[in-house]
Amino acid sequence: MTHAAAEHHTSMGVPSRKMAFWAFIGSECLLFGSLISTYLVYKGRSVVGPYPHEILNIPLTSFSTFDLLMSSLMMVLALAAVQRGDMKWGKIWLLSTALLGIVFLGMQTYEFTSFVREGLTLQTNLFGATFFVLTGTHGAHVTVGVIWLLTLFFRALQGKLGPEHALTVEISGLYWHFVDVVWIVIFTVVYLIQ
Amino acid sequence: MDQVTPVEHAHPGAATYLRIAAVLAILTVLEVGVFYVPVFHAILVPALLILSAIKFTLVVMFYMHLKMDSAFFTFLFGGPLLLACCVALALLFLFGAIGLGK
Repeated sequence: MTHAAAEHHTSMGVPSRKMAFWAFIGSECLLFGSLISTYLVYKGRSVVGPYPHEILNIPLTSFSTFDLLMSSLMMVLALAAVQRGDMKWGKIWLLSTALLGIVFLGMQTYEFTSFVREGLTLQTNLFGATFFVLTGTHGAHVTVGVIWLLTLFFRALQGKLGPEHALTVEISGLYWHFVDVVWIVIFTVVYLIQ
Repeated sequence: MDQVTPVEHAHPGAATYLRIAAVLAILTVLEVGVFYVPVFHAILVPALLILSAIKFTLVVMFYMHLKMDSAFFTFLFGGPLLLACCVALALLFLFGAIGLGK
């Protein structure tokens, strides 16, 4: 509680950094909203293949979805550990979250390279252009999240991250969970509703 | 200088987080099941959208702590999210991706 009180709070009693980050997440909703809209507007308008039903790998992507959901669980467990001052488990959960993020990126890289081998690139058709921009932007966000989490992990290893930095971990968690909810929408709209 | 009282709310424990994770995993299995089982294809789109919305809401409410946190954060997130949904619907109507029929 004393650590929380040391944070700067707005006149509404909420931490300034957290409020600013929620505003940022709000702006990210608009970014991904526009990318998903663009994908949907051009859906079914490609005049040459490969088409979505010919190329999308549902088993692989289902596993990616499960992987990202479990990484969100690891993230909240990391936050809970840091908040109670249990830095040993805080480090374990932070590293687990980052590793699951890396697994997700590995599967996305495999998916992208296999699509390119099968002839789908950014320039092939409208599906390729909108698919790669949408999922690539999401993948870039996951990459930033992994770097952020690894930074926190190494700071924790050096003893520079403790319960007094719980808000910092919570904000990185907000980012990570947002990346997860965006993927929940992409998985449904792009992969399952073909 | 005004005294500001921090708004603090307790976050759920590990047991709640694990229960939410189990529900999310089950919902994902259901989504993939609905996709593969032909009998569900008549209701594929609404079923998938509902399952996806439930997953989205669970993560935002419990993992992002919107259920416990200040209502102002819900406004900061919900406002742009609603705007994004409206823009998406407007674009889909405008470009004829969805319509009200002729």
